[in-house]
Amino acid sequence: MNDPILEMRGVSKSFFGIKALRAVDLTVYAGEIHALMGENGAGKSTLMKILSGAYKPDPGGEIRIEGHPVRIEGPLGGRAAGISIIYQELSLAPNLSVAENIYLGREISRSGLLARGVMREGVGPILKRLGADFLPSTLVAHLSMGQRQLVEIARALHARSKILIMDEPTTALSAGESARLFALIRQLRAEGLAIIYISHRMDEVYALGDRVTVLRDGRLVGSLDKPEIRADTIVRLMVGRDVSSFYKKDHDPDAGRGHPVLAAIDMADGQRVKGCSLTVHAGEVVGLAGLIGAGRTELAHLIIGALPKTSGRLELEGQPVEIRTPGEALEAGIAYLTEDRKALGLFLDMSCLDNINLAVLSRDAKLGWFLDRDKARERADRAFAGLSIRAANVGVPAGGLSGGNQQKLLLSRLLAIAPKVLILDEPTRGVDVGAKSEIYSIIDNLAKAGTAILVISSDLPEIIGICDRVVVMRAGHIAGEVTRGPNSPLTQEDIMALATGMEHLDA
Amino acid sequence: MPDNGAAEIQSAPTTTNAAAAETKRQRVRVLISALGMLPVLLILCIGFHFLSEGRFFTGQNLGIVLQQAAVNTVLAAGMTFVILTGGIDLSVGSILAASAMAGLTLSKLPELGVLWLPAALLTGLGFGVVNGALIALLRLPPFIVTLGSLTAVRGLARLLGADTTVFNPSIPYAFIGNGSLTLVPGVASIPWLSVIALLVILVSWLVLRRTVLGVHIYAVGGNESAARLAGIKVWAVLIFVYGVSGLFAGLGGAMQAARLYAANGLQLGQSYELDAITAVILGGTSFVGGIGSIWGTLVGALIIAVLSNGLILVGVSDIWQYVIKGLVIIGAVALDRYRLQGSART
Repeated sequence: MNDPILEMRGVSKSFFGIKALRAVDLTVYAGEIHALMGENGAGKSTLMKILSGAYKPDPGGEIRIEGHPVRIEGPLGGRAAGISIIYQELSLAPNLSVAENIYLGREISRSGLLARGVMREGVGPILKRLGADFLPSTLVAHLSMGQRQLVEIARALHARSKILIMDEPTTALSAGESARLFALIRQLRAEGLAIIYISHRMDEVYALGDRVTVLRDGRLVGSLDKPEIRADTIVRLMVGRDVSSFYKKDHDPDAGRGHPVLAAIDMADGQRVKGCSLTVHAGEVVGLAGLIGAGRTELAHLIIGALPKTSGRLELEGQPVEIRTPGEALEAGIAYLTEDRKALGLFLDMSCLDNINLAVLSRDAKLGWFLDRDKARERADRAFAGLSIRAANVGVPAGGLSGGNQQKLLLSRLLAIAPKVLILDEPTRGVDVGAKSEIYSIIDNLAKAGTAILVISSDLPEIIGICDRVVVMRAGHIAGEVTRGPNSPLTQEDIMALATGMEHLDA
Repeated sequence: MPDNGAAEIQSAPTTTNAAAAETKRQRVRVLISALGMLPVLLILCIGFHFLSEGRFFTGQNLGIVLQQAAVNTVLAAGMTFVILTGGIDLSVGSILAASAMAGLTLSKLPELGVLWLPAALLTGLGFGVVNGALIALLRLPPFIVTLGSLTAVRGLARLLGADTTVFNPSIPYAFIGNGSLTLVPGVASIPWLSVIALLVILVSWLVLRRTVLGVHIYAVGGNESAARLAGIKVWAVLIFVYGVSGLFAGLGGAMQAARLYAANGLQLGQSYELDAITAVILGGTSFVGGIGSIWGTLVGALIIAVLSNGLILVGVSDIWQYVIKGLVIIGAVALDRYRLQGSART
């Protein structure tokens, strides 16, 4: 291979005496896609922030770009050194045009006035090269997430970056947009860019990675070349142990068929959900699959009364129930774990204790009003022990916890009401591998105890791994159901065929 | 999760260290926001004591400070409820005036005179609930709604007294405005106004920290969407906090009426909302909601009173007092920003 474009030697970073990175050596070549993996908190983002100039590394390490030692300082330092980062949360100004965003901070002016025309012409060739289907003058607010990502990439190319760092770029993208992004990433590799690709998703790393580097607890624990890239190897490196039974499914797959707990009949909201029915039995884990935008989350919101429904009814253990608000759903025993735990689930400034107890405060209260602090404390301690939530103590704010622990925190709030029906929306999104397997075994144990569970997930291996059967949605309808036979396991192909509408082509 | 042991043990030391450091930092943060302004208050007191050549720490002057702080403390307590939900109540000064007018007008009726106090409270509560209903049920922005009622209720206050000053030198319960509760006969007493303010703070603390409703108020301010999904009746919480703010404004009106034996719909309570908001922000309650404490508000209200009193003692002109108080407000908001940087919210 040619000379490395980026070399990091012995780069460390500590915060208040805690080592976030320990003497990491990372070598990246031009024209390669270098996947960077690791659990949350392994040091990936610290490493990236050093490369972007947001953090200053501890003295002693060295960073070379094209063989020359560089010092990356200040927020613009990374860009000056030829490094651009595309963050999970895109950093575009939606009220400005594509061209203005690309030129942001380096606007061209003619005799003191903004030269919009020159800027638009300037970005034209780059947008064309990226195959963009929008104009330089389009407002970013009007673009889809995939298109916005393209603008970010265009901005990086426009700054003549040689190293492009992408942090979980597909999180907000649909399957089609992801596929287009992958094609583009390969094109950029062919053009000689070095791409550092951070992802939790194994399938993406398979599809793209030329090499994989794994971080754990701030150390670089291994780099794999293309032929060595295998799921079990990577997972072993990430968690430092063998994960033989990653997905856990010990509960009886035929349990309780015939004892339906939740039946949703002909649910519709007049927009995204167009008459969907489904049933979940006691002790059963049902998957709800479908492409992004198929209406899965909206269906869940209809069931728990978070969205007004235009038609449909619910039956709980055979009895009709009327649910108009999430509060009524909780009272009826239907709990919903949101897909967006930070925006819709947790109270980040409030203590873990309050977050856990929130749904049962009124039930526990003394004289109907006053907090029962002993009971709350006991419940929080039990949740910490039972779900192995790792935090200094139950009093710390929820915002300080890692993604996986936050998710378990939110889950324990729902479990506090001892739900009959548990609806989990992307239960392992943004959660590290260790916490993932813990969440799977929590789900499994709940099913064993007879809870009816509906799991919405875009992660097909996960759905297949933990579910007994899978209901598939497409464009607001139930497209079909995939069941497991004695000799026919659930397959990704069957689910995708239903989700995309390909099953008609086969027939 | 049995096969988890190895990884846990391996990562345990670093996590505990990190967690311990994090707890420590959190504690410092909590301490900073809880104590926050208390040192400032003490420094101001001591500073004014020396600048005024020993006239600040006298029994008489402290009594005046406490009395001056009382009404603003009560208003700021209500404002704390509102700001904790991420809202704002600009109408408290006007509500105070309208409640005082309603109370005084009623007090002049020979039959119903003794009912003037509950009438003032109910007037305040009523306006507050209307504010809350508009905000919670019609989903109008609090700033706009209470800006509207700031003007509209002021008009109603003038209407109540036919735009004149209403006097009643023999108003019942006048002692709450001018009397003192004797603690040690002949040695120590405390103005009733201050007793009321302290009770209001205690009740507010009880509601905010010891009841389910209190947690719900913090939850709505911290993350309204999550609160809704968690089954909290957000509308009820909002109506409650604006109701409380109105009720406390009504109480403030009653306190003023009893103190002055008079009220004027045009002048009474003008720009009181600004002092109340300043007290809340000085007390460390975050303007975006979800973070803050009632004790901080008490400290904030005392700072304002000490500032007013001290500047007069030192002989600073009326005009410069405005300038200095204004700068204090800006400094308070700067503190709010600084505090948010350190919190979990990013």
